[in-house]
Amino acid sequence: MLVTINKKDFDSIVEHAKKNLPEEACGLIAGEDLPDGTRAIRKVYLLENVDHTNEHFSISPKDQLATIKDIRSNGLKPLGNWHSHPESPSRPSEEDKRLANDSNASYLILSLMDSDKPVLNAFHVESADGEKIVRKEELEVLD
Amino acid sequence: MKITVAGDRKEVTDGLTVAELIKQENVETPEYVTVSVNEEFIESGSFAEHVLKDGDEVEFLYFMGGGMR
Repeated sequence: MLVTINKKDFDSIVEHAKKNLPEEACGLIAGEDLPDGTRAIRKVYLLENVDHTNEHFSISPKDQLATIKDIRSNGLKPLGNWHSHPESPSRPSEEDKRLANDSNASYLILSLMDSDKPVLNAFHVESADGEKIVRKEELEVLD
Repeated sequence: MKITVAGDRKEVTDGLTVAELIKQENVETPEYVTVSVNEEFIESGSFAEHVLKDGDEVEFLYFMGGGMR
């Protein structure tokens, strides 16, 4: 699946993640699934990592519910989440995979290993025979 | 009766419980899902007893978290 995000939203994720260093940062993504199969991110939400560590992130159900309400009021649909890896590559860790339980979601991971060259990738995670299957999605940043 | 599930309005049988709705909607890994009804969180131990009413708005919230390991 092709996932698109505009440059402004990409920049706001990077800025929020850098501002929260050394902790992991996180949020939700919203938008629409287009008839041609493209998943278009129209809005990103910068939320609190309630774990406040550089090794984990969690979004509180209260923040999640308030965000979903905003997403629906904007005529969009929830598409998944994003989080940063301050010191590791842009790929799902074992814990990321274990806790990725929505096969309809796109999971975006921003690596700040080289903070001058942030790397953002999108992943699809689904369960099959007790295993988590991860597939990288094509991500395009639109100007 | 009609309820709204994850933003979609749908017809369901009267007396449907949250637990039955979770099955009916094929919610993946329900142990990682928080349920809200009309913006109130429902205790997971009450899913089987919580009877939905006409006009209820239900959201399934997947636990959103992860880690570097």
